[in-house]
Amino acid sequence: MTTQPFFRQQSELLAERPPPAATSGVIGWVRANLFSGWLSTILTLLGVYMLWLLIPGLLDWAFFDADFHGDDRFACTSSGACWAWFDQRINQFLYGFYPSEQTWRVNVALALLIPALAPILFDKMPGAKHLRWFSLTYPVVATFLLIGGVGLEEVPTHKFGGFMLNVTVGLAGIVLSLPIGIVLALGRRSRMPIVRVLSLAFIEIFRGVPLITLLFVAAILLPMFLPPSFSLDLVVRVIVVVTAFASAYMAEVIRGGLQAVPRGQYEAASALGLGYWKTMGLIVLPQALKISIPGIVNTFIGLFKDTTLVIVIGLFDVLNIGRTMIANPDWLGLAVETQVFISLFFFVVCFSMSRYSVVLEQRLDTSNS
Amino acid sequence: MAVSGVPAGFELRRMWTDERARSALFQVLVVLGLALLVAFFVSNTMANLQARGLEPGFGFFGDTAFFDINQKLIDYSSQSTFGRALVVGLLNTLLVSALGIISATVIGFTAGVLRLSNNWLVGRLITVYVEFTRNVPVLLQIIFWWSVLTGLPKVADSLSIGGALFLNNRGVRMPAPILENGFGWVVIFFALGVVATFFVGRWAHRRHMATGLPFPMLWVGLGLLILPALIVFIVSGQPLDWDMPERTRFNYRGGFNVTPELVALWWALSTYTGSFISEIVRAGILSVSKGQTEAAHALGLRPRLTMRKIIIPQALRVIIPPLTSQYLNLTKNSSLAIAIGYQDFVSIGNTVLNQSGQAIEVVGIWMVVYLSLSLATSAFMNWYNSHIALVDR
Repeated sequence: MTTQPFFRQQSELLAERPPPAATSGVIGWVRANLFSGWLSTILTLLGVYMLWLLIPGLLDWAFFDADFHGDDRFACTSSGACWAWFDQRINQFLYGFYPSEQTWRVNVALALLIPALAPILFDKMPGAKHLRWFSLTYPVVATFLLIGGVGLEEVPTHKFGGFMLNVTVGLAGIVLSLPIGIVLALGRRSRMPIVRVLSLAFIEIFRGVPLITLLFVAAILLPMFLPPSFSLDLVVRVIVVVTAFASAYMAEVIRGGLQAVPRGQYEAASALGLGYWKTMGLIVLPQALKISIPGIVNTFIGLFKDTTLVIVIGLFDVLNIGRTMIANPDWLGLAVETQVFISLFFFVVCFSMSRYSVVLEQRLDTSNS
Repeated sequence: MAVSGVPAGFELRRMWTDERARSALFQVLVVLGLALLVAFFVSNTMANLQARGLEPGFGFFGDTAFFDINQKLIDYSSQSTFGRALVVGLLNTLLVSALGIISATVIGFTAGVLRLSNNWLVGRLITVYVEFTRNVPVLLQIIFWWSVLTGLPKVADSLSIGGALFLNNRGVRMPAPILENGFGWVVIFFALGVVATFFVGRWAHRRHMATGLPFPMLWVGLGLLILPALIVFIVSGQPLDWDMPERTRFNYRGGFNVTPELVALWWALSTYTGSFISEIVRAGILSVSKGQTEAAHALGLRPRLTMRKIIIPQALRVIIPPLTSQYLNLTKNSSLAIAIGYQDFVSIGNTVLNQSGQAIEVVGIWMVVYLSLSLATSAFMNWYNSHIALVDR
């Protein structure tokens, strides 16, 4: 007797069916990402409520109920923000007390920053090699443009102010602190005990104290340390201490990069008969600096934000210009408007730099993940 | 070549090619250069001080200060000394730093965890908060919150929260606790509870390690901390009263007032540092490989236990070192108080400096104090870090 094996045969493929509606498409996404549990649901509802409270009010205040033109604050009659100061004061916010017929020099210096930075930021750019020479001379060119001298009208540094002062101090600090930071980082890892201890002391002291106390040093103590005949400009003194402060941070960032270069690289360089400077200059530093670029950019962001601290020693950076303006009877009490404007400026600059450093990190990340 | 007649330059050249000799020479040069620089600065400073008729030294600490401080944790009046004024300032710095560190940690951990949650909207909102506070100067944020707080209604139209808290442009007025006789016993029993919790915790940990038996430490610990103190509190007739703020004609009487400067500084520092901490926490949690979670789940651990026993201990190793530097940054950033008139160490030091003219001494004190704060914090955190670090086999 033969037993019939039990089987079922499907002669053609079943038609594909769509996934359940609750797990796909808009509904699925909403369920997975907004209402995945009771906690998530509560948070979502809270978030929506907050947005509903904030956004319309904010838009009304900043745009729909705001006044944009007028001679003083009394021209602002609506309930929202008063942006009328913009027309008259924007130049002061940008350039401080820089002579208005000379402000083109600041603009040119800023515009030249783009070709100077491009070969450093984008290493695959065509012609980058030649442009690097321009990058090297840029600090000199920019200083000449800003201060003047041969052929250009001289502008004393106490006329520097506004965003221009923040950018000047920030850029000077970063450009000068990079080489000093490299030297300090090498010094900290040096085999010579005295050099190592001195570098360590410099780094720890400048990282350990608030920038504000260093600014007091620049304003009050530095003139005491120097002979009376030799007077340094306040802006220059500020740049000196800001540079010292930033180089200490820079040294730690670069030390991280140096530590990340594998030992084999040092050993291979020694095996090839390279001395200390050639090992560092040709083999180790190029790799270490590449690794530390994100850290360097972050240090720069920090430094740029910290340039606002110069108001405590009476320099007229953009924050101080804003504070002075709202003490003026014409514009009394427009604190929030000026602060929003200044924060937007800093946000745009610092946020784009931090995005750049994130992109760079991803590009430099050669690990397989 | 003659063997006997060694050329005169030979020894020197050999020294130059010998690395040890070269580095010794270089170090001697560095020390000499530094000594010259210091000598130059010192001689200039001496000459300048003499020209201004200033006497270097810390003798002025004993002089009368003649200025007032509106926020003080210890007794101080305008008849007190400069030295005492500086101590008041230092305590104010420590107060705002301690408050800031606690709240920044809470904000940072909450934001860091929420940003990783699978809720899209919350993740986005936290991102906006983090990116905005991180990329705007903290000084600007401090000034912003201060101008918001001082823009609150006048005392006459104070905003009241539950009839106990009053917000106005002079700050926040809140009820002050009055400790009556017998409250000392509550404190003593609470302290005993802390000690007992510590020892029970150690015993539970040892037993867990030896036998694998779990112990409900959280509940037992909480019970030990709260119950004895609570019982003593009730038995001794609740020796605690509240001094409620009372409206008078022009101001409030009773309670105590938190100045808008302190609130603005505290809030701005906590939100600013909190955004950095949230990034550190996020990176720390992400650094624990997915395999760890999967292995824990495979062993049958529930999600909460996986988080507590597997992920957090490993993430902490990554989190602690950068967290330390954030705490230090917060402490140093508290010196920005000077911009809004919160009387911290730097701000009072600045007043002392202006009144006494002793600039070098005051700046020196600033640096020594901040350096020791930094070094002490990092020493403690290094100890903690080595405590939880991975033990290499």
